[in-house]
Amino acid sequence: MTGQGVVWLGSPPFPKAAREALKNDQLRANLKRATTTIRDKRLAVASELDDWEALRESAAAIKRRTARHLDRYLLQLEESVTVAGGTVHWAADAAEANRIVTELVRATGEREVVKIKSMATQEIGLNEHLAEAGITAYETDLAELIVQLGDDRPSHILVPAIHKNRGEIRDLFTAEMGSWGRPAPDGLTDEPAALAEAARQHLREKFLRAKVAVSGANFACAETGTVVVVESEGNGRMCLTLPETLITVMGIEKVVPTWSDLEVFLQLLPRSSTGERMNPYTSTWTGTTEGDGPSAFHLVLLDNGRTDTLADTVGRQALACIRCSACLNVCPVYERTGGHAYGSVYPGPIGAVLTPQLVGVETAASLPFASTLCGACYDACPVKINIPEVLTHLRAEVVEAKGRSAEALAMKAAGVVLDSPRLLGAAQKAAALGGRVLSRDGRIGRLPGPLHGWSDSRDTPAPATESFRTWWRKNKENGESR
Amino acid sequence: MRIALFITCFNDTMFPGTGRAVVDVLERLGHTVDFPQEQTCCGQMHFNTGYRPDAVPLVDRFARVFGEYDAVVTPSASCAGMVRENHPVLAEEHSSARLQADVAQLVPRVHEFTEFLVDVLGVSDVGAAFPHRVAYHPTCHSLRGLRLGDRPQRLLKAVKDLDLVDIPAADSCCGFGGTFAVKNADTSTAMLADKMRSVLDSGADVLCAADNSCLLHIGGGLSRQGSAVRTMHLAEILAATEGGPR
Repeated sequence: MTGQGVVWLGSPPFPKAAREALKNDQLRANLKRATTTIRDKRLAVASELDDWEALRESAAAIKRRTARHLDRYLLQLEESVTVAGGTVHWAADAAEANRIVTELVRATGEREVVKIKSMATQEIGLNEHLAEAGITAYETDLAELIVQLGDDRPSHILVPAIHKNRGEIRDLFTAEMGSWGRPAPDGLTDEPAALAEAARQHLREKFLRAKVAVSGANFACAETGTVVVVESEGNGRMCLTLPETLITVMGIEKVVPTWSDLEVFLQLLPRSSTGERMNPYTSTWTGTTEGDGPSAFHLVLLDNGRTDTLADTVGRQALACIRCSACLNVCPVYERTGGHAYGSVYPGPIGAVLTPQLVGVETAASLPFASTLCGACYDACPVKINIPEVLTHLRAEVVEAKGRSAEALAMKAAGVVLDSPRLLGAAQKAAALGGRVLSRDGRIGRLPGPLHGWSDSRDTPAPATESFRTWWRKNKENGESR
Repeated sequence: MRIALFITCFNDTMFPGTGRAVVDVLERLGHTVDFPQEQTCCGQMHFNTGYRPDAVPLVDRFARVFGEYDAVVTPSASCAGMVRENHPVLAEEHSSARLQADVAQLVPRVHEFTEFLVDVLGVSDVGAAFPHRVAYHPTCHSLRGLRLGDRPQRLLKAVKDLDLVDIPAADSCCGFGGTFAVKNADTSTAMLADKMRSVLDSGADVLCAADNSCLLHIGGGLSRQGSAVRTMHLAEILAATEGGPR
């Protein structure tokens, strides 16, 4: 049940998937504990910096500028990487990226690769594609390992196994590790140190054996051709240094112009994502160096819907995302439903604005509506992506793509009524009358049709017998107030 | 100062008492107010649900109806936010240069009720009395949209005999979200359940806010549970006086 591209084929629309997720009390408890912890840590470390708001503004400005001249910076990156001894490949879509990576691995003669967490390879479904070509991809990020062992899907950008608790992970390790390599030790407990040790032993034999690694990238500096990965465990560093061949798959929006731009993001990212002042491991690599690290380096630049997104002047701000997941951790909807309900590699508020743009709004039409527009995500975003603005923008695109519908007709009718004080007054009288018929003690219980979801858990007061405008006309018009 | 009330279609129809309370408070403070009968709706439902072109006539109507006033006051943070944030967007996307100019002129004169009292009139004590234990729910549009800050609490703290209590996790969304509560009813209900628990934990008799829509949602849930906690727009609390009916 692993990923198959940006959206998971056959996923139900958000409201339906959410309904199922909401039934899982364990999931909600896991999520609430995890998101609350990260949220509080993030607030604490962000408030330590006097210039936090200025940093956010700088980051947003760098991203805006980079997006405006993306073509130029990408060509500069290609040149810098090439000069440093690497090879750059351009992939227009998932199929092309998968083909490039598969051919590169085949050329080495190897049948297995180690991977360090990469959203881009999740997005293109690389692991499944490699498997079809007879190549096994081993995830080495602890959370990704948990997801892979469980034949599961990631549910969070930064903590893909956030939906699992320690006990569930222990059971998974005990049951599954043996079929992927070194089994879990006997009598494994759910202590974090014990779980980490089991993963370390399991992964170590893969690190030491692997000749090929596939990584993602958090940033790439156009000026120097340097690629950057930030992580917490050091597993990424093993993948980036031990194998002979390193293949990095990176979305084209990850480029930053200069090395000094990184300074801004390296302050914002760990604080926003894990609530740490600095991430434990920051790995940077520039092409190849004889006798040090991989002797072959390939950078695959992935478009896969990004230039189309860039063409949308409102929607393009979603490309500024640095995948910190702060928006997920503050989102009241995500906190209740978890990431799987979004049916996408990119869940939560950023997924709700990024996914429909990458795959087309028709394919993810329920996602822009999976938000109350509460604005918590915008406040938390370190690069100031106005997610509510993009959500309402995409809702309009969904409505336009759908064309005629019962809802569109109702909205049209409501628009006509609301553009006429006379019709509105008549509707108010009708509503008051209807309310009197439907209500008991001034409150309405069950409602028919599309409103039943609302009325399943809430009473509705009957509309007032006298609207404000009627009261005003009777009591104030031509009276003392004019 | 010529003050116009924008009561909003929702309050006009469902909660006319809120409009009357706004009139009471402003008149008690010595101001004359007007309610232009040609007003209807800010277009928020259409805008937020994706029906932007259908909202444009409402933007145009709003600009025509309120254009001549010095101040437009509304007891709804979300509708004030709609006018301020999105009327300029709609005017630019779908309409004429004239409407763009009219909207740009008007927007700075549109105030949410508590903003108007505190920032424009410079008042925090409106001479109210309300002998109840009250919790204030900062709706998302008050908190993060308009950044009302502690203006509502300052007004409530000045109310005689009012005991203001805090709600745990006050800044988390109640799950209303306009059509979200219909389109994603299950998720909305899960959020509502947590909010109701917070309200009950606060020990308040009355829950107030600067938006009746969120109160409709929370109050509807409390009513279904048979809770005795009442929901009231904060304007109605500010309108209450010693010896008055509340």
